Amino acid sequence: MTATATNMRVGANKAAAKPRALIMRTDVLVFLAFLALVTVGATVLAQAGLVSVSFVKLLGKTLCLCLAALAMDLVWGYTGILSLGHFAFFGIGGYAIGMWLMWDRTELIVMDTLLRAELPPTALEIEEAIGTQIFGVVGSSDIPWLWTFAGSLPLQLAFAVLVPGLIALVFGWLAFRSRVAGVYLSILTQAGTLALSLWLFQNDSGLRGNNGLSGLQNLPGLDDVPQSVVSLWFLWASAFALGLGYILAVWTVSGRFGSVLRGIRDDEARVRFLGYEVEHYKLAIFTGTAMACGIGGALYYPQAGIVNPTEIAPIASIYLAVWVAIGGRGRLYGAVIGAAVVSLLSSWFTGGGAPDIDLGFYVIKWTDWWLVLLGSSFVLVTLFAPKGLGGFVDLWTNRRSTRRDDLGPDQGSLRAEEETP
Amino acid sequence: MSALLEVSGVSKSFDGFKAIDNLSFSIGEPELRAIIGPNGAGKTTFMDLVTGKTRPDSGTIRYGSASQDLTKMSEARIARAGIGRKFQKPTVFDDQTVTENLTMALKSPRSPFTVLMRRPSLVERAAEVADQVGLRGDMGRRAGTLSHGQKQWLEIGMLLAQEPRLLLVDEPAAGMTAAERERTTAMLVEAAKSRAVVVIEHDMEFVRRLKCRVSVLHEGRVLAEGSLDHVCADPRVIDVYLGRQEAVDA
Ligand SMILES: Nc1ncnc2c1ncn2[C@@H]1O[C@H](COP(=O)(O)OP(=O)(O)O)[C@@H](O)[C@H]1O
Ligand SMILES: [Mg+2]
Repeated sequence: MTATATNMRVGANKAAAKPRALIMRTDVLVFLAFLALVTVGATVLAQAGLVSVSFVKLLGKTLCLCLAALAMDLVWGYTGILSLGHFAFFGIGGYAIGMWLMWDRTELIVMDTLLRAELPPTALEIEEAIGTQIFGVVGSSDIPWLWTFAGSLPLQLAFAVLVPGLIALVFGWLAFRSRVAGVYLSILTQAGTLALSLWLFQNDSGLRGNNGLSGLQNLPGLDDVPQSVVSLWFLWASAFALGLGYILAVWTVSGRFGSVLRGIRDDEARVRFLGYEVEHYKLAIFTGTAMACGIGGALYYPQAGIVNPTEIAPIASIYLAVWVAIGGRGRLYGAVIGAAVVSLLSSWFTGGGAPDIDLGFYVIKWTDWWLVLLGSSFVLVTLFAPKGLGGFVDLWTNRRSTRRDDLGPDQGSLRAEEETP
Repeated sequence: MSALLEVSGVSKSFDGFKAIDNLSFSIGEPELRAIIGPNGAGKTTFMDLVTGKTRPDSGTIRYGSASQDLTKMSEARIARAGIGRKFQKPTVFDDQTVTENLTMALKSPRSPFTVLMRRPSLVERAAEVADQVGLRGDMGRRAGTLSHGQKQWLEIGMLLAQEPRLLLVDEPAAGMTAAERERTTAMLVEAAKSRAVVVIEHDMEFVRRLKCRVSVLHEGRVLAEGSLDHVCADPRVIDVYLGRQEAVDA
């Protein structure tokens, strides 16, 4: 009886509490402060020459991956749509911006050479020269229709967002309308991703086949600016995008919209009977997150320097899901933690950073064994810590609280089953 | 008085098995109606048909003053047209608080864009509903931590929050304690003062306390209709339903 009374009071207090402005919420503030700390810290260290350009780029790239993981968490962790294709949207964003980077830089170089000739070059000559430069590697000099607007930065930037959005919209509309869900949807997204990467692998796709787009770290017309500076620009841009993305994501999952998303994840039929068009919500979140991934990719690949079809391969999207699972789905900071920790560890292990372990009879080379380690961690987390790394944050923040009713998204009914007579 | 819901000549087979067989049924507004019948009589399927979860093979289901054809509407549209449904198993969102559950249900615009961009505070209205179903003190609790009976009430609260004209309630008293049942009866009778309420129930005592017209469903069709005493006196009803139950009890 006393317990019930206490519970009632707790409940009443909570209900009475006024919602704080989103941006003032502790978790948002902590996240933004941490992000600022990383960015400013890296900048200071880089200026002092204490960290390398490649380290700054690694950080910047990691922030972009975190943005993709946030998107994945929205679509999977909150809405329950296990999309195994979101990294393809990331890659498309990279291709879109990569086309402009390559085109514009090549054009500058070509012009430079041609202007030294006796006769001023014709437009056709310029185009042919650019074509040979870019597509010579796939044995062609024609400019594919895909590159029609490659010379326009605003348009290619728009494409980085709109093309993923449009593909997601059409794909999602077809899939959700016929109520494809669960495993079938995951398979469908993998199939779509596979098809896209296979197409990109072809030389006549118009996107340089398996060579992909390269030299993306060089900003056209800014040859004088050293990479040590460019890398900081991108670090800041990535941090800004991630910070904004986080606030937007928090805003999206708060309030009734967030309730509906989690409702769809837990029992979509019930949400329908409450009068919500589940398909429209799924489509909105699927498309919105695809666009966010496009932005992440557009910022990532100029830092990576190269984008090729391997980036879009189905396995990349599976990694994205693994990061979110390890980080803890259904909590935004979990996704960020997962992506950051796993991708940084991954570069450390595969980049030869981790020392090999000599067992006497066998030497564990991490470049070979990292995937095994990652795979086993994934299994272990799934089995023993379904809340993922983000769950540890809960331990920290809730350690004084005696309420033990938080059973996570999937086990909410556990207690109900215990209590049912 | 014209009917609020008019089901006429509806049939539905599952793999050749006729779950609903040329069923006709109508209910006015306001009215409280109980549907009883043995297991497998098609009671739940009837609700599935009205709420758009299942489409009939033949027949029509008309609803409301405009006589909308429910068989051509999506589940969500039917719900928005004013038909609320409570499932046999309590289905609330365990992961979310009582407030969040109620807020989701409150009658309000439901398109993704509006829900995302416009965020009026619905807490006051949610609190009113919580009051009606006795969950005022539990609004901050996760629904997953509520007792079985409380979950049922929360679900009834969610239905009331939808402000439906027609309420379909599937076996609300299942698994409830005597006190909880009594309270549930009161809630349903109260709700039926201003709208049409259809209650499916197994438990005769519960139905008796609802003091309303009863339709007996058997093998997918209405076998008898009238007061509980009237239908209980019907030899066909005794034969298919009460007789069978006694046989089971014996
Ligand atoms: N989706 C379905 N697929 C196949 N058979 C079904 C389906 N829904 C109901 N049935 C069958 O229809 C009959 C009526 O079921 P139901 O309406 O649940 O009965 P009641 O609720 O009266 O106990 C049962 O025999 C059941 O097996
Ligand atoms: Mg039933």
